[in-house]
Amino acid sequence: MTQPILRISGLRKQFSGVEVLKGIDLEVRVGETVAILGSSGSGKSTLLRCVNCLEVPSGGSIWLGDELMGYRQESGRAVRRLTESQIAVQRRKVGMVFQNFNLFPHWTVLQNIADGPRSILKLSKAEAIERSMTLLTRVGLADRAHAYPRQLSGGQQQRVAIARALALEPAVLLFDEPTSALDPENVGEVTDVMAALAASGATMLVVTHELGFARAAADRVVFMDGGVILEQGTPTEVFDHSQQARTREFMRKTLV
Amino acid sequence: MATLPSNQTDLELPVTHHPVDVARALSPRRPATWVLSIITVVVAAQLVHLLLTNPNFEWDVVAQYLNSETVLQGVVMTLFLTVTAMTIGLVLGGILAVCRLSDNTLLRALASSYIWFFRGTPQLVQLIFWFNIGLLVPVLSIGIPFGPTFASIESNTLVTPLLAAIVGLGLHDAAYQAEIYRAGLISVDEGQLEAAKALGMKPMRVFFRIQLPQAMRFIVPPTFNSIIALVKGTSLVSVIGGAELLFSVKEIYSQTYQTVPLLIVASIWYLFITTVLNGVQFFIERHYGRGSSRNGSSSPVARFLDRRAAERNLNRGMES
Repeated sequence: MTQPILRISGLRKQFSGVEVLKGIDLEVRVGETVAILGSSGSGKSTLLRCVNCLEVPSGGSIWLGDELMGYRQESGRAVRRLTESQIAVQRRKVGMVFQNFNLFPHWTVLQNIADGPRSILKLSKAEAIERSMTLLTRVGLADRAHAYPRQLSGGQQQRVAIARALALEPAVLLFDEPTSALDPENVGEVTDVMAALAASGATMLVVTHELGFARAAADRVVFMDGGVILEQGTPTEVFDHSQQARTREFMRKTLV
Repeated sequence: MATLPSNQTDLELPVTHHPVDVARALSPRRPATWVLSIITVVVAAQLVHLLLTNPNFEWDVVAQYLNSETVLQGVVMTLFLTVTAMTIGLVLGGILAVCRLSDNTLLRALASSYIWFFRGTPQLVQLIFWFNIGLLVPVLSIGIPFGPTFASIESNTLVTPLLAAIVGLGLHDAAYQAEIYRAGLISVDEGQLEAAKALGMKPMRVFFRIQLPQAMRFIVPPTFNSIIALVKGTSLVSVIGGAELLFSVKEIYSQTYQTVPLLIVASIWYLFITTVLNGVQFFIERHYGRGSSRNGSSSPVARFLDRRAAERNLNRGMES
């Protein structure tokens, strides 16, 4: 077993009085792919967004390596919230792929990918372009480097978004329902790229409704319901031998 | 209970056997278009006839004064006022918009109050007010608040018609410009900002590289509206004695009584300036429209320019 790299402890989140996360404990090890399943409203996207500080937690803590995400420990047991600029530095260790791709429409595919390496990792222009082209080749879109995002299909855009997230060589990759906005025929090309990434040893946290992907590519499956982790285990344990009636009901309704 | 309408069963295909091809179909007849075109031609002809034959236009006088020194000085002053007031408006408006959208309650309240006041009182009143600021604050001084004074100057000496005009036009314009910026900034999809943050961009970079460029598409058209309004708004400055275009032609026709031809002179210059601005707007909009449409621009000129840009892009792509 490899060492843990992400530790979420007692994570809670409220939105105007409604408790969406009710104490989440989750550890992710280096190279592990964890699929998070659950019906909408179960808090799985919120959990993911807390990891890279797009949401401010109401309680608990998230450690990525030796960094307390969003906060800094002061003398004694005091904890102080970081500024947005300081959080920006922490976020460079976390890559995120969104449901709606969120590529920058005013930049070409190449600019979308190369900007991070160029401006944040301070690579030279040639190095940034070389790295971007390598990543584009890896997601099979090297020939579309100079296209604008709107000229691509949804599946292509999402593959570019994955390349963009990889460009900063993050320690952890977060996927927030990466195939939910795609036409069914485009889902495969994206899950294929993700499965290849998982196989190559990337550390991934994937919120998804693609049970086939979760079963085939995940090392561990986490089932969330009503803001808590109801059950977790290997794909076989959760899909085939679930101990929870709620999980079995979800699988039955989703697999129809 | 409502019943569904039954299918029409009395439809029959024609029995003719020669095939029909719609490839060379004629355009539909549009009689109303023809009538409207004829009316337009007649009215336009009348208008041209009026312009050429009515002696009251005094075109010779128009030609005489169009390039006269007084008029040109007025044009220069109008341009100067437009550019300075516009600069104040664009910069201060930007600061106000960012303040209005900030998380800081004090900054939000300050910006809202400013916009409330400067948008809520007439521009002409503001201009006259700034010109007469000496009545309210006779002496302006620099020093420690409620403490000693280091330097002071009489308001009437400092505030010339020119300064009153720049301040008056600029501060008023900033209030409008702030709302134009704000409208553009909030129109950018939240997901764009989240993606930028998730990539580790710091707030300034998210703002200048992601949010503002995308907001520009919504900021540019109303901004040119307001710049063009500002060009014409400078004519208000004639009221406080600023020697801009309208003031200059007024100076001439108050002596020669050639009111109509000199107002035409002024109008020609205003139209010339705003026409140039229209052209500038076209190019700026095209620049910020990058990547915004799958099918490219709609006007023939824009399509031509887009094709050229695409060719350039392609050449660049082949080099790298």
